[in-house]
Amino acid sequence: MLDRREMMKRVGAGLAVGAMSGLNPLKALARDTVTLPFDNGERPLVKYPQKRLMIGQTSRPPQLETPFSVFNESVITPNDAFFVRYHLADIPLNIDPDTFTLEVKGKVDHPLKLSLKDLKKMKAKEIVAVTQCSGNSRGFSNPRVAGGQSGNGAMGNARWRGVPLKTVLEQAGVQSGAKQVVFGGMDGPVSDKTPDFAKALDIDHARDGEVMLAYLMNGRDLPVLNGFPLRLVVPGYYGTYWVKHLNEITVIDSVYDNFWMKTAYRIPDNACACVEPGTAPKATVPINRFNVRSFITNVADGAKLKAGGKLLKGIAFDGGTGIKEVAVSSDGGKTWKNARLGRDYGKYSFREWKVPVKLSAGTHELKVRATSNGGQVQPAEASWNPAGYMRNVIETVHVTVA
Amino acid sequence: MTRSVLPALAIACGLAFGLTAAGAKPVNYKLPDETAAFKPGPNLDVVKNNCTACHSADYVQTQPRGPKFKKDFWQAEVNKMIKVYGAPIDEADIPKIVEYLTSTY
Repeated sequence: MLDRREMMKRVGAGLAVGAMSGLNPLKALARDTVTLPFDNGERPLVKYPQKRLMIGQTSRPPQLETPFSVFNESVITPNDAFFVRYHLADIPLNIDPDTFTLEVKGKVDHPLKLSLKDLKKMKAKEIVAVTQCSGNSRGFSNPRVAGGQSGNGAMGNARWRGVPLKTVLEQAGVQSGAKQVVFGGMDGPVSDKTPDFAKALDIDHARDGEVMLAYLMNGRDLPVLNGFPLRLVVPGYYGTYWVKHLNEITVIDSVYDNFWMKTAYRIPDNACACVEPGTAPKATVPINRFNVRSFITNVADGAKLKAGGKLLKGIAFDGGTGIKEVAVSSDGGKTWKNARLGRDYGKYSFREWKVPVKLSAGTHELKVRATSNGGQVQPAEASWNPAGYMRNVIETVHVTVA
Repeated sequence: MTRSVLPALAIACGLAFGLTAAGAKPVNYKLPDETAAFKPGPNLDVVKNNCTACHSADYVQTQPRGPKFKKDFWQAEVNKMIKVYGAPIDEADIPKIVEYLTSTY
């Protein structure tokens, strides 16, 4: 299927020639590119171990985007198609799960060193939850801003299994006066002058019973590039908090103020997390919960459809109140029809939806708009902030019907 | 490949994954070779010397283009690399890198 959203382009005739002459098919495939629908949107399709062909945003440190068609395959994003985003290039490539240790320290009565076996002996919990890059869809920001230029595929929904962080903190005995918990992973910077990646959550959030140390993703070990052997799962929160290769938990009695909390990943301190395009916010706060989003997954932008009935389907999610309603318009937003919501995998999961529409000959703008149980509705116009975070405009798919 | 071989292969793969899941074996991950390269342009050597230790060329290549993304944009990016990420770039190299980025991307 040719998809204007990520148009496949054969560079030369690499694929055909390669297949016919028996050359290494991976090499031939690596010459394929996709073009995300914004200026300078051409990206290679790349093949990494444990991953299927992904959209190669950057190679070192690796950033791999999920091809959007994956979201139409299943409500759960397969491990081999799950997006990858690192900040710093010294990523752990040799990991021995038998010697891996998670350290719990700081303002605790009993500092801990836990092996993977220790963690797996504790009472496990499962949650289906979306993680999404703060800068998912940044490439659509208008005006454009610096940073990773993602399309809409820097998100994914998985079933995570692990130990509630609360259990581990209780075992360590959090001391009175604790304010935050800091999370560090095995990945780090190339230069010791680069601030190491670490993120913090408020102590009450860390102890809410939902934040989890996950060792399984969709029933399997985490792929290396998704944080093997252990990652933090912070349901409803942007991916920046989901620290990969998690091996260090530190309870502190202050507010953590490293670069990654104090300077980066900040949003305007207002309800829309937005400012007038091109201006700077007066006050900022650390990015936190997702806003509400929805997508049509079975019709790509630019598709040609037959006149008559068409069953539209897609996904919706928010930061943890759950999806109340999804409505679809086939006339550019003049009239809306409610969709039927699919199976509920929990308030942090993608929620599938379906709705039959009738399409007459001509061009149509298909739109989808989700409302959360918290009352949040997607905006008709995209809001803007300097870092290109939290895009959640009502998505539009242009189709030609004949 | 004949059809009858497939189930056997699937079982073999399943066992291999099973061993990994039990935590018996260390994981050695091989990243694919880097393919992105900096485009030819003025001061390319200076750029290679200063930028590639920390990130690949596609970090530059994928940034927005156009009249608003010229000298001021790239100057700000280079400053960010120095001030925020601690890139050890010589003072004299800064304008050379900005010139390369501005004229090449």
